[in-house]
Amino acid sequence: MSDAQTTRSLLLELLTSQRLAVLATREEDGHPYASLMAFAVTEDLRTILLVTGRATRKYANLRAEPRVALLVDSRSHTASDVHEAVAATVLGDAEEVSGAERDQLIAAYLATHPHLEDFASSPSFALFRVDVRSYYLVRRFQQVTEFHVRR
Amino acid sequence: MTWVLPLSQVDPPQRPDVGGKGFALAEMARAGIPVPETLCISTRAYEAYVSKTGLRERIMLELSRKDFAEMRWEELWDGSLRIRNLFLRTPMPDDLAAAISQGLTPRFHLRPAVVRSSAPGEDSETVSFAGLHESFVNVVGIDDVLEHVRLVWASLWSDAALLYRQDLNLDVSRSTMAVVVQALVRGDRSGVAFSRSPNDPSQAVIESVYGLNQGLVDGTVEPDQWIIHRATGELLTHVAPSREQMLVAGDEGVRLEPLPQELSLHPPLSSDDVATVFDHVRRLEALFGGPQDVEWTWGEAGLVILQSRPITTPVGGDPDDERRWYLSLRRSFENLQALRDKIEGELIPGMMEEAQALSARSVDHLPDQGLAAEIDRRQRIYDEWVQVYWDKFIPFAHGIRLFGQVYNDALHPEDPYAFMDLLAGTDMASLARNQALEQMAAMIRDDAGLAEALRQRLTGGEGGELCDQFQQRLDEFLGRFGDLSFAMASDTRSPQAPDALIKVLLEMASHPRESLRREPGQADRPSRSALRDEYLNQFAGEERVRAAELLDLARTSYRLRDDDNIYLGAIEAEMLVAAEEGRKRLSTRGGGPVDAVRVTDLAKMLRDPTFVPQTTEEEEVQDGFLIRARQLIGQPAGPGVAHGTARVVVSQYDLTSFEHGEILVCDAVDPNMTFVVPLAAAVVERRGGMLIHGAIIAREYGLPCVTGVPDVTSLIHTGDTITVDGHLGIVTLSQRTEAAVD
Repeated sequence: MSDAQTTRSLLLELLTSQRLAVLATREEDGHPYASLMAFAVTEDLRTILLVTGRATRKYANLRAEPRVALLVDSRSHTASDVHEAVAATVLGDAEEVSGAERDQLIAAYLATHPHLEDFASSPSFALFRVDVRSYYLVRRFQQVTEFHVRR
Repeated sequence: MTWVLPLSQVDPPQRPDVGGKGFALAEMARAGIPVPETLCISTRAYEAYVSKTGLRERIMLELSRKDFAEMRWEELWDGSLRIRNLFLRTPMPDDLAAAISQGLTPRFHLRPAVVRSSAPGEDSETVSFAGLHESFVNVVGIDDVLEHVRLVWASLWSDAALLYRQDLNLDVSRSTMAVVVQALVRGDRSGVAFSRSPNDPSQAVIESVYGLNQGLVDGTVEPDQWIIHRATGELLTHVAPSREQMLVAGDEGVRLEPLPQELSLHPPLSSDDVATVFDHVRRLEALFGGPQDVEWTWGEAGLVILQSRPITTPVGGDPDDERRWYLSLRRSFENLQALRDKIEGELIPGMMEEAQALSARSVDHLPDQGLAAEIDRRQRIYDEWVQVYWDKFIPFAHGIRLFGQVYNDALHPEDPYAFMDLLAGTDMASLARNQALEQMAAMIRDDAGLAEALRQRLTGGEGGELCDQFQQRLDEFLGRFGDLSFAMASDTRSPQAPDALIKVLLEMASHPRESLRREPGQADRPSRSALRDEYLNQFAGEERVRAAELLDLARTSYRLRDDDNIYLGAIEAEMLVAAEEGRKRLSTRGGGPVDAVRVTDLAKMLRDPTFVPQTTEEEEVQDGFLIRARQLIGQPAGPGVAHGTARVVVSQYDLTSFEHGEILVCDAVDPNMTFVVPLAAAVVERRGGMLIHGAIIAREYGLPCVTGVPDVTSLIHTGDTITVDGHLGIVTLSQRTEAAVD
């Protein structure tokens, strides 16, 4: 396996083994705003799916500014995280989806989070598709690899 | 919490707490076998120490720096040196120190002691850590004992121990260490015994020396050896060495002394003594239920057993892992001195002769077939010297290692490599070479006419005559150092002044002298004599003499670390001269560029016009992603931070374009590359370790240096903007060249 392949499978493993990510959005006054979110990722790693209530601050933020960052990591909240934890910072563009695309993507989302069905199917909740631009994978405390999606 | 246990309190449930050695001593004491008075310091004390001080996570952080399997022996040594320094510089928390002192004081107040490792899992039937962890003989005073306890703990992370645990797939995060503190028995004869010979199961082996055992165990003193028939106890053979030395306990520590002549005439054991030792060994075998490897000593009170452990067969490990070989090179001072004589008296003159003989033989007029044969011959000669380099020069580098340990133990410096400053600034061949370059650059700087004449030569014009003084310097340079630009100078127009060399000189001259880095071995460091005094003042009497000798040896070792590369480089240069001639002929044939073709392939191409060499291409695009490094981790090898443009040097061709202030990125700093180091702002290389050529040269010039960065020459591209953090061993790519992005 080449280095690139190894690194890519490490990224895939991280994103499929974790269920929660920290989402960073932008407040109206420019202030960053962080939220813990259940997420799902497509197998090709090009799309991340999020569901949020329409009344929330993050919903308003996402509608106003589609550029987002997400953090996914494998920390275990012990001292050994410093050398063991792997983290990926994700940059992308969020867009609310509807119609047939929503039906298709909601199924993918629920495959990861079946217990969230009530929320995801409620009309008060919106599904966002984040088109990933890049990943920054951090391991061994300081080793950083960039992944840029070719579109 | 009971941290210190006497043997009488060590029962089977305590075995994991006191380790194999401590437990075996307790068993022997219970069975009435004479052992030295012993206290065990439990693994719980180690656990408390690394937890309370935060060392546990710092060690794991150090070890997870990069994939263990990818580390070279030099990197293992570096990592282990850094960890050892953490232990040296981190005192025990007060409550722990007080509790251990309190436990030890009743028995060891001002009484000479031996401090030994006793790792759990060590000395079981399947795992043997024999000799991997440290023991300290004749330690006096509780404070000193506590300090040595920390050193024994640190030896859990020695390079050899790390490699061994890796072989056995042991989980390093669970490694722990108990310590035994024993009363020193001043035996006048000592030895080891194998109750069953590793070579012949029907035999037992006893070895013995005069004085203390350590001389035998570390290989300094050659022992008498007896082979005994196990079943009958009959003495089969006795092999006597020339008995010359013995190890004795001084006021503190041990020292090697000449053996008094009357003793050298007689073996340390009579045949009755041999029988007594054999009896004890059989008893131990019965007690522990299997063949034993025993250390014993014979003092005023008779025979005392120092330790007994099961005989294990070596397990695990890839026999081809050459790191094992390097790390086994625990050379003694005496051994290294002998090696030094051979290198200075025989090998280096031999290398110089070889290079001269090769350069006397011109390759220009050989027919293609003859040239192919000459390329192969030179490659073979070069390979032979490379082998000598590995066999003799690399082991000699351990002089630096030995000194580093002694220095760090004595001074506990904040920077574990502070000792390198004491070794630096010796008269290295490459520094002399770079000084000669700088002198020529200075002439160009001061003489606009000379600079112009040189530039004209480069652009192909005839140019004016070079002034005599400069031409003379140039000739001297070429005569003394060879044509450093041999391989770059494929289009040499003047045999007296290769273009590549001129290009480098012009680049050096185009920047003021002041902007160059500090003088090698000087500036913002304490003077070497101050450093030397600081080091020597840690020792007194005979020890001081030995410390000075060791420093001298280490300086030679350090200097040769570089010089050997220069001499090897001179031979390599002659090989490349022949290769270059081959390249020149092949490039006129047409059929694609040959710059990157391997030397062995050049010979094949010359012989067979249809031969097409294999090339490799790196792959960056993976399933729709462009994958690139953003920040890389290596080993910190020269303190400082630099920010600048990368120049990736893959072959000598890349050196000609090297510009002042660029960061040298390469697989390994080749001896024939070092002349661009004074132009560089920092050095980054794939090969890892503090003792490698590039790190030593970078340190000489005070340049930030990071080594041991995997795949660095494919991950970084010439023109990328990078930041080199030589304190932490991190390289960050902040901006890419356009060329690299697409």
